[in-house]
Amino acid sequence: MSNYSLSINGQSRSVDVAPDTPLLWVLRDNLDLPGTKFGCGAGHCGACTVHLNGVPTRSCMTPVSTVGRKQVTTIEGLDPKGEHPLQKAWLLLDVPQCGYCQAGQIMTAAALLKENPKPTDEEIDGAMAGNLCRCGTYLRIRAGIHQAAAQLAAGPKKGSK
Amino acid sequence: MNAFEPASAGRRNFLRKSALASGGLVLGFYLNGTTNAAEQVAKPSAAPGAEFRPSAFIRIGRDGIVTLISKQPEIGQGIKTSLPAVIAEELEVSWKDVRIVQGDLDPAYGRQSAGGSTSTPTNYDEFRRLGATARAMLIDAAAQTWKVPAAECFAADSAVHHRPSKRKLGYGQLVDKAATLPVPEAKTVALKDPKDFKLLGKRISGVDNHAVVTGKPLFGIDTKLPGMLYAVYEKSPVFGGKVKRVNLDAIKALPGVKDAFVIEGTDDLRGLLPGVAILADSTWAAFSARKQLQVEWDEGRFGGQSWAGFVAQAKALAKKPGTTQLRKDGDVNAALAGAAKTVEADYTYPFISHASFEPQNCTAWFRDGALELWAPTQNPAAGQDLVAATLGLPKEKITLHITRSGGGFGRRLSADYIVEAAAIAQRVGAPVKLTWSREDDLRHDHFRAGGFHFLRGGTDARGKLIAWHNHFVTFANPVTRDGKTTLQTGSGGSLSGDEFPGRWIDNCHLEQTAIECGVPMGPWRAPGSNVFAWVFHSFIDELAHAAGRDPLEFRLEILGDKAIVSGTGERGVPYDVSRMRRVLLDVADKAGWGKKKLPKGQGQGIAFHFSHRGYIAQVAEVTVGKDGSLKLDRVVVSTDIGAQIVNLSGAENQVEGSIVDGLGTLMFPEINIERGRAVQGNFNDYPLIRISDAPAKIEVHFVKTDYPVTGLGEPAFPPLAPAVCNAIFAATGKRVRQLPLSRTDLRWG
Repeated sequence: MSNYSLSINGQSRSVDVAPDTPLLWVLRDNLDLPGTKFGCGAGHCGACTVHLNGVPTRSCMTPVSTVGRKQVTTIEGLDPKGEHPLQKAWLLLDVPQCGYCQAGQIMTAAALLKENPKPTDEEIDGAMAGNLCRCGTYLRIRAGIHQAAAQLAAGPKKGSK
Repeated sequence: MNAFEPASAGRRNFLRKSALASGGLVLGFYLNGTTNAAEQVAKPSAAPGAEFRPSAFIRIGRDGIVTLISKQPEIGQGIKTSLPAVIAEELEVSWKDVRIVQGDLDPAYGRQSAGGSTSTPTNYDEFRRLGATARAMLIDAAAQTWKVPAAECFAADSAVHHRPSKRKLGYGQLVDKAATLPVPEAKTVALKDPKDFKLLGKRISGVDNHAVVTGKPLFGIDTKLPGMLYAVYEKSPVFGGKVKRVNLDAIKALPGVKDAFVIEGTDDLRGLLPGVAILADSTWAAFSARKQLQVEWDEGRFGGQSWAGFVAQAKALAKKPGTTQLRKDGDVNAALAGAAKTVEADYTYPFISHASFEPQNCTAWFRDGALELWAPTQNPAAGQDLVAATLGLPKEKITLHITRSGGGFGRRLSADYIVEAAAIAQRVGAPVKLTWSREDDLRHDHFRAGGFHFLRGGTDARGKLIAWHNHFVTFANPVTRDGKTTLQTGSGGSLSGDEFPGRWIDNCHLEQTAIECGVPMGPWRAPGSNVFAWVFHSFIDELAHAAGRDPLEFRLEILGDKAIVSGTGERGVPYDVSRMRRVLLDVADKAGWGKKKLPKGQGQGIAFHFSHRGYIAQVAEVTVGKDGSLKLDRVVVSTDIGAQIVNLSGAENQVEGSIVDGLGTLMFPEINIERGRAVQGNFNDYPLIRISDAPAKIEVHFVKTDYPVTGLGEPAFPPLAPAVCNAIFAATGKRVRQLPLSRTDLRWG
């Protein structure tokens, strides 16, 4: 066991775990942040996506010992009020079915919109192809990203955050 | 002034007591006439935390908040939103004032099972009456308060209004008065005219959506209890194998490991299989220790089975008469001998897993002779039953909390993972969460049965379908009950003699033979239908093309003009041909069937299917590249599921999901069996459809009819695969007779 001081959603959190423990399980078991999901444990499905310094990363394949001082952002910390344009779009368009993959979808989509504020369908498909949805909500995910992009474009009048 | 018949003292007492205890009016009862609902709901459920929570569907607080219990498991089908909305509609409560709580397993709620697309049809009418009865009582409470006739009052927006004086009282203000009133007979309560619906038929966003998008704990796997241990369970890779030897001492010495032991298990392939449990202080410690396991298995008698062996067996069996004769109309052989055109074809599909996205898991806590379970399950009663029977516990000692399920697709109708958690917890003095790996989930599924259809068909000189012969070779598991072993075909692995086009063709012979296998099988979204529609509508298409007929016109001719085709025998299900013709003509019209001149490589395909009380037709438009790549450009769906769409957004989501799932299941998955084992283990070798493969456009049309309201979790799935394969044929001239699609070379030109 080793002690790690992690920066999670802007807070400093300390854990005592085995060095090879994937960040996924540190979040879920040690830090009570269960929004990041276990889907495959092998980096194939995207359910465990978090941001490391803003970069979408598979937390199931990220040993805690490699996180260091990188800023970890999880779905719980994406927006302080849970009102990221993607989160709002997901509610407006009723994107989820079972919902299990959606935290990972939103985290990947949030990184996409930062790089590309107005993605086309093809660009969305390219960026999101690593996030599986077993229920098949893909058409709504596309629509949700477009909706959030439109809201971001109209953003400044909406006031501060 | 009281317009109601006096109710029994028991009911009055119950309502008053409930109101006192919860600070609000409890209106909850199962209104089916035969149930003494008041007695049932008076029993508090054994919820943890032990605040008094009576088993009831409706709870109104003095603050005006209306709490509605969702009785059915939520697996992504949207029932936690749609059934409470039915109550809310009749109750005239503003949706913003409604809070929804997932009910535990409790007899007071009646049947609690999410399977067969039955939740809506079996609850819709009753839930309307529940809401309407509560509304009538609130109106009466207001009328008595104002000392005016109830007929001068109406309910709207969470309040009762007095029409002449324009006074109003919010529901919260009526709670104490309403709690003293008797419950009226359900049949005396007027239901709303559906044309006055304010909520039903609109798009209602899922009630858990906010929790989903902000990562709140919701799912079974999110369960965490104080002092909880984390468990894994290793089973024999050959189904039903037993533990001969295992390095338990070495495992127990590993970091974080608290205990490890063998569970004997039973012979039931879908029950508690033998295995090795490891308990640790974290999921990762348990997963890591598992990698060090060395188990020697007694593989039992299924170690030699393989898919290749099954294929050879099926081919041999097809040459003999079927062991079960399902239908024999006319004389198929004579009709084929005299047919103008005949077609023979073999259709094959593999075993597949459900791959529900949330891996199987269950949290169990055994203390003081009682067991408490937290499970993502479609069928909580099955979990309770299996645990009670396997562990010898009385059912009343087993409490089951239904969590949200990260997908179901039929997998969570089984309760193997629940009984495993229970059996482990019974030996441990702490709460235990069992988490399956993805490999466990894919390899230890209760699989969708594979199957083989050996088909012959013929058309006459005018191109009419006159003969149809199918020898269906399916699979059966040995099942032992009371020392006697019988063979049972997998769920959906048995063909009905009435399945379309049985009943419609003068010369029709359907027969079936089952191969014994140790691959556990279970229901998979739209059991049977999910493959039968593909086989039969593909073969119908082959016959239409052989006869030089338009596939739509050919199908309409088979269906005929008779409004209803009755079922065979006492349990036969009638088929409403008029409903199917309507959606078929509707989808053809909306899709512009046959109106477009498409270049080689593009095509339209059509199919329909009746299942789960729904009549659904689809047209698919595809582009097949010269390199064999497939793109589903557009799907048009016409759906008749009765008189009312409950939640338009939810209904569209179910159809869109069925289309995407239908396409993914057509294209990718197969579980190969080698040396008695399931080969594929994760999403690298068992691919799911990705967003880049999803259709560009899905158009969903609902044909409104006067028929009862029915469900939509399954019936939109079956027609998609044949519609796409028929479109592929139109585009390329290549016929897909084997699933998954990747086994057919679609290159052309």
